Amino acid sequence: MKKITLASDWLEGCAGCHMSLLDMDERLVELINEGLVITATPITDLKVPAFGTDIGVLEGAVATDHHEEVAKLFRERCKILVALGDCAVFGGINTMRNYIPIEELLKRGYVNTESTVEGKIPQGPGIGKHLKKCMALNEVVKVDFYIPGCPPSADAIYKVLKDILEGKTPELKEELLKYD
Amino acid sequence: MGEKITINPVTRIEGHARVSIFLDDQGKVEKTYFHVDQYRGYEKFTEGRPFSEMPMITERICGICPISHHLASAKACDAVIGVDIPRPAKLLRELVHMGQIVQSHAMHFFELAGPDLLLGWDADPAVRNVVGLIQANPDIALKAVKLRKFGQRIIELTAGRRIHPTFAVPGGVNAALDEARRDEMLSFLEEGIPYIQEGIEIAKKWISEHKEECNQFASFPSGYMGLVKKDGSLELYDGIVRFMDKEGKIVREFEGKDYLKYIGEKVEDWTYLKFPFFKELGPEEGFYRVGPLGRLNVADSISTPLAHKEFLEFKKVNGGKPVESSLYYHYARLIETLYAAERAIEILKDPDILSQDVFTFGTPKNEEGIGVIEAPRGTLIHHYWVDGTGTMKKSNLIVATGHNNWAMSKAVDLVARGFVDGKNLKEGMLNRVEGAIRCYDPCLSCSTHAVGKMPLIVEIYNQEGKLEKRIQRD
Ligand code: SF4
Repeated sequence: MKKITLASDWLEGCAGCHMSLLDMDERLVELINEGLVITATPITDLKVPAFGTDIGVLEGAVATDHHEEVAKLFRERCKILVALGDCAVFGGINTMRNYIPIEELLKRGYVNTESTVEGKIPQGPGIGKHLKKCMALNEVVKVDFYIPGCPPSADAIYKVLKDILEGKTPELKEELLKYD
Repeated sequence: MGEKITINPVTRIEGHARVSIFLDDQGKVEKTYFHVDQYRGYEKFTEGRPFSEMPMITERICGICPISHHLASAKACDAVIGVDIPRPAKLLRELVHMGQIVQSHAMHFFELAGPDLLLGWDADPAVRNVVGLIQANPDIALKAVKLRKFGQRIIELTAGRRIHPTFAVPGGVNAALDEARRDEMLSFLEEGIPYIQEGIEIAKKWISEHKEECNQFASFPSGYMGLVKKDGSLELYDGIVRFMDKEGKIVREFEGKDYLKYIGEKVEDWTYLKFPFFKELGPEEGFYRVGPLGRLNVADSISTPLAHKEFLEFKKVNGGKPVESSLYYHYARLIETLYAAERAIEILKDPDILSQDVFTFGTPKNEEGIGVIEAPRGTLIHHYWVDGTGTMKKSNLIVATGHNNWAMSKAVDLVARGFVDGKNLKEGMLNRVEGAIRCYDPCLSCSTHAVGKMPLIVEIYNQEGKLEKRIQRD
């Protein structure tokens, strides 16, 4: 049996796309039995995809310097890169922040909120730096396949993975191709 | 100070966090930090939106517990229009909430934290995960997958889709239930209850075999907070907030809408996650825990029979006093799963459940609305301010994981001190530190309305700041 390795990660998203992946339920076990090998993902303890991983799946938009690094790392190490969900495909809901200067966003969160007492904006070393603009994945790296939807249905994700496992070019049509 | 160890990221949790451990010259732990790394700005970018969009926008804070945000938001919107929603609508909302509790708790126990307990803290990190579990114990793993599915199916059958539904609206819900869907839910819930009980047996067996570890692992006194029904029993959808001090004394009971009087939040420089505290006790003494352990500690009973039986046993763990060890979160989580499944059956058998009376029309009447609910991970608060046309002026959100920020930091510190030996560092030691965080099942995209990434790299620097050793998990 041919083994196909899969790695995944989440960037600026809500984990909903990964939940939809798990929503394949028993079919996920079926894919594993058919040769899908789950390697570095948020639900395993391996976090960096190995060089030559067959399928890299990314959820979420690119919003910080850390996301940018991960996107590039996945591109470098995965043969096929899949943008999973509206956040990765278009930037998604996160891009609502693009109309507001980042300082104002932070001020609301950490200084002005009614429950905050003596607030300040966290600026300690090493916490993520926000990029000026929150971006879709393909604004940062080349993407091979797109699965839109917020989140995409488990059926759509299953179809794409099954096609790849069978050596076909994945294609989503009709019911499976949705943008909500 | 000697070396610094970084755990980045903490895996098998939702979202992105790092831990820094500072060692002294003898390799002993001196100080630890639990950092949460991102901020998305939901409180700000929702300004100017129609308030009725909020249930659909805010659920996208978190894909694991979208229903909690969806419902807390809808409740805040109900308050804006000043409507007490029809009873059948309340039941339907509670039903999808129970579905979410089942799916989120089941996933956490079996798929995220379970591998540490069922395969061992020191198991090979390459297989210490749910796939490893499928291989080691296919029977349990398949039941776990099904249990999560049942929870998601309740949401799908009631609300139209599993993740990010458009179901709850200001004034009620937008679809009634029919007989066929009700009967399907009843039948798989009957199948699911024994699976949950099996999970509880697994947890109890594990606890009895690891008594000492359970009592010592990140065990510390704290306050506790959670919703209860009028009679003091466990409540997840709509109740009063109860606050208990570390001795187990109930110090306050208040309505969710008065939260600003009782809860404040502190900011620290090294994390985007704020630190809520109970105002009457102040920022130093007012720390508390929420979520399954917090809720079972504050509750006097559980209203469903099977879960109540388990609850009585749980209460014996510390002789009626609050249960303090973080590992008991897992046990408490399963008892709540049983409650959620039993409660879902009760709701489905309610004579009102097929009623078409699920919506009351209303327009913005009040300038503020507050919605409070028990999300799987703890108390969730949505607070909106709107103008006369229903346009959002501002919002404030305090989420479940935030309340546990202090506790997670404390748990990390205790476990690091107990297990990490800088002179003889092993991967399993660090996995235990991560395990301390996993007890709380944090949802970090919720907590900072953010999400993240990255490999686990441990770098050890000598006193001159030169890299001495690097352990990488990839
Ligand atoms: S596309 Fe939707 S479900 Fe997926 S991460 Fe973004 S908000 Fe969440």
